[in-house]
Amino acid sequence: MLTINKGKIIMKTLKQFFSLIATMMIVLLIGSETMAAKKSKTLKNTQKKGFVRCGVSQGLPGFSNADASGNWTGVDVDVCRAVAAAVLGDASKVKFTPLSAKERFTALTSGEIDILSRNTTWTLSRDADIGLTFVGVNFYDGQGFMVRKSSGITSTSQFKSGISACTNIGTTTELNMRDFFTSKGISYEPVAFEKADEVVAAYDAGRCDTYTTDKSGLAAQRTKMKNPDEHIVLPETISKEPLGPVVRQGDSVWEDIVRWSLNVMIEAEEYGITSSNADSMKTSENPAIKRLVGAEGELGAAFGLDNEWSLRIIKQVGNYGESYKRNIADPGILPDRGPNQLWTKGGILYVPPAR
Amino acid sequence: MNFKIKKILPQIVTLLAVVFVFGFFTFNAQVNMDNRGIEFGYGFLSQESSFDVQFSLIEYDGSHSYARAYLVGLLNTLLVAFIGIIFATVIGVIVGIARLSPNYLIERTAAFYVEFFRNIPLLLQIFFWYFAALRALPLPQDAEAIFGVFFLTIKGLFVPRFVWENLDIFFYSLIAAIISIVVIRNYARKLQESEGKQLPVFSISVGLLIILPLLTFLIGGVSLSFEMPVLEQIATTSFKYTGGLGLPPELIALTLALALYTATFIAECVRAGIQGISKGQKEAAASIGLTPNQILKLVIMPQALRIIIPPTTNQYLNLTKNSSLAAAIAYPDLVLVFAGTALMQTGRAIEIVSITMFTYLSISLSISVLMNWYNKSIAIKEK
Repeated sequence: MLTINKGKIIMKTLKQFFSLIATMMIVLLIGSETMAAKKSKTLKNTQKKGFVRCGVSQGLPGFSNADASGNWTGVDVDVCRAVAAAVLGDASKVKFTPLSAKERFTALTSGEIDILSRNTTWTLSRDADIGLTFVGVNFYDGQGFMVRKSSGITSTSQFKSGISACTNIGTTTELNMRDFFTSKGISYEPVAFEKADEVVAAYDAGRCDTYTTDKSGLAAQRTKMKNPDEHIVLPETISKEPLGPVVRQGDSVWEDIVRWSLNVMIEAEEYGITSSNADSMKTSENPAIKRLVGAEGELGAAFGLDNEWSLRIIKQVGNYGESYKRNIADPGILPDRGPNQLWTKGGILYVPPAR
Repeated sequence: MNFKIKKILPQIVTLLAVVFVFGFFTFNAQVNMDNRGIEFGYGFLSQESSFDVQFSLIEYDGSHSYARAYLVGLLNTLLVAFIGIIFATVIGVIVGIARLSPNYLIERTAAFYVEFFRNIPLLLQIFFWYFAALRALPLPQDAEAIFGVFFLTIKGLFVPRFVWENLDIFFYSLIAAIISIVVIRNYARKLQESEGKQLPVFSISVGLLIILPLLTFLIGGVSLSFEMPVLEQIATTSFKYTGGLGLPPELIALTLALALYTATFIAECVRAGIQGISKGQKEAAASIGLTPNQILKLVIMPQALRIIIPPTTNQYLNLTKNSSLAAAIAYPDLVLVFAGTALMQTGRAIEIVSITMFTYLSISLSISVLMNWYNKSIAIKEK
């Protein structure tokens, strides 16, 4: 009896000793940053500052839009909030910087912001050429045209030479527009403004016959018109516009964090994990679900984050479907998710597995 | 020796400091760009721009190069600056003289205009003229013709285009007229200096300028006809004008705002210049029997101009630089086309911004040089 007791006591002491060492190691690790944080300057700076610096649009309902009291909402905003929830533990710790199309890349490459989540089209030249890295797609879009109902135009095939088109400068829109009109042999008058609000005002006043930008943008800006019912968006889509968050080139850990923060939101929807049931999903039978809510595996360690990073994203921001419904569907901007539906439900949202 | 060192040393130190600061910025930019994988170079200028521009003085479309797009923007900036400076000067001189009018109503109106327009931010004025005008102007199909030939619509001002034949002969006649005017003026001055006789130089000049070109129409085979803008339907409720000459509303609003704003400052320069001449000058001139017109032309203005020109040069420079606000209302100037669209499409921020800055610097320095030369030519020549 005595020897067993002795053994137990020794075991207990050893256990205590090891747990003490483990605690000390953790304290040391946290105190002197994790390996990943050491590798990622951006992550280190973000944790030091206590907020995520996020570049957004100057006001595009559904994507990034501030209300009267300065609260930002939208699907683009939610990407930044997800990153804040993951790395800082609080989705509200984001500093938003509204940027024009012209300013956005410079703001990112110069280090003024750390994530650019501003309905930005992923193209080869942007990705490869100017010091940027696109991390994923959070909205599949395409360029379209809006016209006045009274014009009688119901299809782009009715466009005639001499048509004037209002748009933004510094976007892929300007290039697509030229490709479209040139290929159809139609001469046109491009009227390009720096800010979206002025494009809308000028088109609304009658300066242009058509207003062209991404279809989601058209749908959102239509709600800002004097009389939205007088305008229609034509059915044709003239380009592919995959919109997604962008980070600076050269910080692959930060790049991974942003990429997977977005992916987790989409994957959570796939597995039916929502902000309200995330906690109860910890006891799920499905290991994929358990990994997403941090009950199994060590997914956060690779980024230098704790294991509940993904749970916090889902609990504080919600899954992609919730974000879409809250920001885009419920305000009536684009109730139909179209291609932005999960691949399992006929859409093209398909993300690599989080494992 | 010591004195020499004292004189030179601060200059060397300053020079070194400037070189060091610029060197540091260049080095820093280079390191940062290297870190982010951004390459530096002007090779992009020869690439195809692949975007179109609304309004261009030279032939341009997306198949031309970025260098060509730069030229389009530069010419548009120069155009708006040129028209703006002319209008601002004319309005400014009239208002400046009106502010000195003994007529209470004219004086107050001019004063109100100056105080009102110079105290509202220019950008707001540009927005006002553009959006107020856009809202107020009719659609092309509703536009009433002004004097039967002009159409002012929301899509711009459409005027008849001149169609010339044998335009070169017309130009030769103009040059001939100008040369003969110069000769006559010189002759008239000599005549006055030697014999005290006065020739009606002004009437002769105007006569020559009208008669010589008129002769080319009658016997030189020069003819002028007009191409009228014609309304064309492009959709049930969308119309546009073809033919004629179209000026976009952006150009009109920008020129108007720039001219009205800058004219207030020029008016104050003119007023200051005239008031800077002592009353005695005018009275002395009157006492030797000069007419009021001669007093203004021969005594007051030559002296006033010396006071007016330097601050007015500043206003010309301001107007030119302020024209970069064009980007707000979609007038395709240098900033919108080159430092806007081209910068965004290429991502070459440092290259494009440096070219743009250098361009504005060159324009401003050219205006300065021109105005300084003019100022020197009217300065007091001490013997």
